[in-house]
Amino acid sequence: MRLGLATLVCVTLALGACQREERDTRPQSSLGSGEQPTPVTTLEPGGQRPSPSDNKAASFEANAFHLSEGKRLFGWFNCSGCHANGGGGMGPALMDEKWIYGSSMESIHATIRDGRPNGMPSFREKIPDDQIWELAAFVRSLGGNAPSSAAPSRNDDMMTHPSENRMPDAATLGKSP
Amino acid sequence: MKRILSMAFASAGALSLQGCAGLQSALDPKGPAASELAWLIWFFTGLCAVVWVLVMIALAAPLTMRSRAQAEPLAIDPGADGRKLRVVMTAVGVTAVILVGLTLLSFFANRTLAAIGSDAALTIRVTGHQWWWEVRYENAMPSRILTTANEIHIPSGEPVRLLLTSTDVIHSFWIPSLSGKLDLIPGHTNVLDIKADKPGVYRGQCAEFCGVQHANMGTFIIAEPRAKFDTWWNDQLRPAADPTGDEAKAGEDLFQRRPCVMCHRIGGTPAGGTVAPDLTHIASRQTLAAGTLTMSRGNLAAWIADPQSIKPGSHMPVVELNGDELNAIVAYLEGLK
Amino acid sequence: MSSADLTSERDLPPERETSAKGDLAPEHDGPRDTGMDDASLHRWLARTWRTPPGIIGALSSVDHKVIARRYLITAFVFLCLGGLNAVAMRIQLSGPQRGLIGPDLYNQLFTMHGVTMMFLFAVPIVQATGIYLVPLMVGTRNIAFPRLNAFSYWVYLSGGAFAWISFLLNMAPDVGWFAYVPLSGPEFGPGKRADVWAQMITYTEVSSLAVAVATIVTVLKQRAPGMSLDKIPLYVWALLVTSFVVLFAMPAVMITSTFLILDRLVGTHIFNPAEGGDALLFQHLFWFFGHPEVYIIFLPATGMVSAIIPVFARRPVFGYLGLVLSLIAVGFLSFGLWVHHMFATGLPKLGASFFTASSMMIAIPNGVQIFCWLASLWDGRPVIRTPLLFVFGFFFIFVIGGLSGVMLASVPLDLQVHDTYFVVAHFHYVLIGGSVFPLLGATYFWFPKITGRMMSERLGRWHFWLAFIGFNAAFFPMHLVGLWGMPRRVYTYPAELGWGNINLLISAGAVLFFLSFVLFAFNLVHGVLRGVPAGDNPWDAGTLEWATSSPPPSYNFTRIPVVTNVEPLWAERGTLPVATGLRVDARELLISTVAEAHPDIREKSATPSIWPLLAAIAVGGTFLYSIFTPWAIVWGAAPIAITLIGWFWPKGDPEDEE
Repeated sequence: MRLGLATLVCVTLALGACQREERDTRPQSSLGSGEQPTPVTTLEPGGQRPSPSDNKAASFEANAFHLSEGKRLFGWFNCSGCHANGGGGMGPALMDEKWIYGSSMESIHATIRDGRPNGMPSFREKIPDDQIWELAAFVRSLGGNAPSSAAPSRNDDMMTHPSENRMPDAATLGKSP
Repeated sequence: MKRILSMAFASAGALSLQGCAGLQSALDPKGPAASELAWLIWFFTGLCAVVWVLVMIALAAPLTMRSRAQAEPLAIDPGADGRKLRVVMTAVGVTAVILVGLTLLSFFANRTLAAIGSDAALTIRVTGHQWWWEVRYENAMPSRILTTANEIHIPSGEPVRLLLTSTDVIHSFWIPSLSGKLDLIPGHTNVLDIKADKPGVYRGQCAEFCGVQHANMGTFIIAEPRAKFDTWWNDQLRPAADPTGDEAKAGEDLFQRRPCVMCHRIGGTPAGGTVAPDLTHIASRQTLAAGTLTMSRGNLAAWIADPQSIKPGSHMPVVELNGDELNAIVAYLEGLK
Repeated sequence: MSSADLTSERDLPPERETSAKGDLAPEHDGPRDTGMDDASLHRWLARTWRTPPGIIGALSSVDHKVIARRYLITAFVFLCLGGLNAVAMRIQLSGPQRGLIGPDLYNQLFTMHGVTMMFLFAVPIVQATGIYLVPLMVGTRNIAFPRLNAFSYWVYLSGGAFAWISFLLNMAPDVGWFAYVPLSGPEFGPGKRADVWAQMITYTEVSSLAVAVATIVTVLKQRAPGMSLDKIPLYVWALLVTSFVVLFAMPAVMITSTFLILDRLVGTHIFNPAEGGDALLFQHLFWFFGHPEVYIIFLPATGMVSAIIPVFARRPVFGYLGLVLSLIAVGFLSFGLWVHHMFATGLPKLGASFFTASSMMIAIPNGVQIFCWLASLWDGRPVIRTPLLFVFGFFFIFVIGGLSGVMLASVPLDLQVHDTYFVVAHFHYVLIGGSVFPLLGATYFWFPKITGRMMSERLGRWHFWLAFIGFNAAFFPMHLVGLWGMPRRVYTYPAELGWGNINLLISAGAVLFFLSFVLFAFNLVHGVLRGVPAGDNPWDAGTLEWATSSPPPSYNFTRIPVVTNVEPLWAERGTLPVATGLRVDARELLISTVAEAHPDIREKSATPSIWPLLAAIAVGGTFLYSIFTPWAIVWGAAPIAITLIGWFWPKGDPEDEE
């Protein structure tokens, strides 16, 4: 009985834990360079095109270490200068459900890497690619789009908004649609 | 028992020769605080050793007795127990007296330590970061304020006041040959006064577990005569040296275009990051990566090429550079004397 | 309830006779042991007190001996796992700049080593020996609250399994067994690692609180008639004091870990300086538990020493009163010196000096204990057997640890050695010397009582010398390397500092010390399978546990003994006087008064039940779930409530109707 329970616990935890707890600090070039073209819209003449995906997106967005690194870099690189802790200022808000260029990891990654018109600079070459993925994963968590078991908690700062692991999904405000 | 003791002492003797000469030993004091503490350590050790030997003699005594322990356990000689009681009471009394003495001794030693820096003229703010030290020389004139990293120059023979704080987790500042340790705690500022009797280089390292690279968070105190120290301070206040040669010039350009600029500051250039060590005069320092590597062209290149194999988990990322780019950046940094 | 119908084969003091009156309502009364012959008494009691057959029966057991055996074996497994952690760390540290283990894994290893040794080995094993021995030593048939006791084991097992399964999943805590914020806090501890620490602490402390409650009630209310406070064996006194310390210390750490998980999971700001919290609060709370914790581990070991010495010195221990008073004094003082773990945090100097004084003061009662034991040994050449060898090892090692503790109590001196290998050496001398060596001696001493067979004396001596040499080779040099500047919790160190050779010596000693435990495990297995049958009292000891057979029957004693001396078996060489009048068809205990141990009332003892296991599963599931969401407490309340209702559902006993 206990054995069964232990196995059950093991299996469920293993599935979540492996991806969540890994702490890779070196670039994972085996997962690809992240140089795939990223469309800003899913509208396509002649039906829907399969949305491109990068292996890195999946491995970064559910990983607690990468998310917290993304949070650290978000502060270090002064993203708040324009996006103000995600609430928006000179730049758009990041914690609402509106995504001008799409809400996927790939889109956010492309936004940071290549920049966007009207103010978002390109950080290509300025930020190593893996750190861009970390930032993208964190930006998604600002809108409650990261698994709450992996999303960062509050910082040891003045509280600007609820911690990311308590953030409701911005699109649905926590209600089921 | 004897065998163990002699073994322990023999190994201690053999190894202490090598250890005492260390850069970072509490038994090799180079300042008034550490001298006081080393004396205290030896005094306590000596006294404790005497007490221990006496207890061991008392323990071994019954083993040498001729008469066996009696067969009838409840037949106790009350006279003998009365004598024992007196012995035990005396021993307890002596213990209490020794402990009171040691308490007073450590109280007065504490006062001596507190008096060391009462007239400190120089104040240095040391801020702990995950896994390096930010060092800021305070001055009434803003133009004289100096920020550097990991290496603390002090004038020898003068007390210096260190203000210790942290912006992330708890660290502990410890230069064994100069002084005891004191924690750097976010939200608190601790004051530690140190003084080096003679010029020299004294190593220390973080003594409170602070995360994945706690082991590689070293620091050096470099004590030098006042005149030399003043020269050093003036040199450090100057903006970074201009690159000489094409390779170094290319290096500066790369530094400003690549990820280096996101975190590091180099005075006199647009690079103004404050979350990583200040590199304005990096080549004048003796070590790299918080005391992990000695400063040399090879080590600089190795550190920039793959910091994650030297300090796995540190915040310095692996940046993809080709050989030429790496050489150029190293050439540039090497010129920042 | 009625008072017991007590008769005795000897003259009893008159007040006991007067209590032997009254009668129970006849319809609830069954057969009593008064005047029953031994053979039929055995048949009755064996049927009443047996653990039911089958797997469900085994899981339902509430027999304190069965539970204690499970505890002991589980704790030994955790000891081996923690030891393996240590060996892995020592291999990494055996030379400068070794790359065998990276920092991420190393930090998990040393955290798991500390957590396992403190929370999953040391505290449970001293409590488990108490669960086994205390009811036997006070002459009762089962521990108080036997189902709570069974529950505590299941909670402990799930807490330990939780920690170690997390380790296998790469989510073991990596923040040290002390888990200081902010490193373990929400900003710097990503993932679930620190949450595992927090909830695992909370669970295992639930279990040790439960055992403490059961022990206290057993000692205070279930002692055999005549065992007044001045006739309680010192081991039982030690467990009583320890249990009170547990009662006051463990809630502090449960509060600490709960605050931590609130900060991490709910986003409270208890330890956040920017919002008016304070990181040092964590340290105060933690060490308010953490220092008594050392005495929770050490005091039962002093009880073991006090139990072993009289047997081999062939006399009652010298200074019984002094020893009892020192135990109580240590219990009180242990709460007044937590700040000596925080001298380097920059607390006001004068305040810190008071804690120097209190830390020095606790050396006095400990000195009294040492001197009394030495005085007990001075009556003649003691009988040297393995248990006494380990007690001698205890003196040799623990006194060094105690004296280096005096050094650490001094504020200025501590500033040089705090958080260095000197401290590592100190507390291993105190904990291994002060607790593990007596525990090993106690294993050799009580093994025949638990299994009915002796352990090999020859292997025992080998084991002792191997452990003794290995231990000192591993830990003595740490004092030196600490003074030479090597901090704790580093996964590597530079070659230039000259710490390489001495660390190699330390690692060799550590491997030797580990091998001694392999030998010990072999001796245990050998003893169980091939040991010489022991008989009831192989050492000719004087306390009550040796009055029953080895191993003891499920009901412990055929008749409840009456105690006239601290060492009743020495005082009554023939047969022990006994008290009778307990029912034999139901689980009945004799409850006595607190101070004089006059027989007071007869009380039912709980029957086997599966509900404690189910309740433990519900509690364990709730804790596990609570590392993911605070709502676990709400959802978990339902299954916990259901299992508790099942547990306490009235059985239609006369007591329930009252």
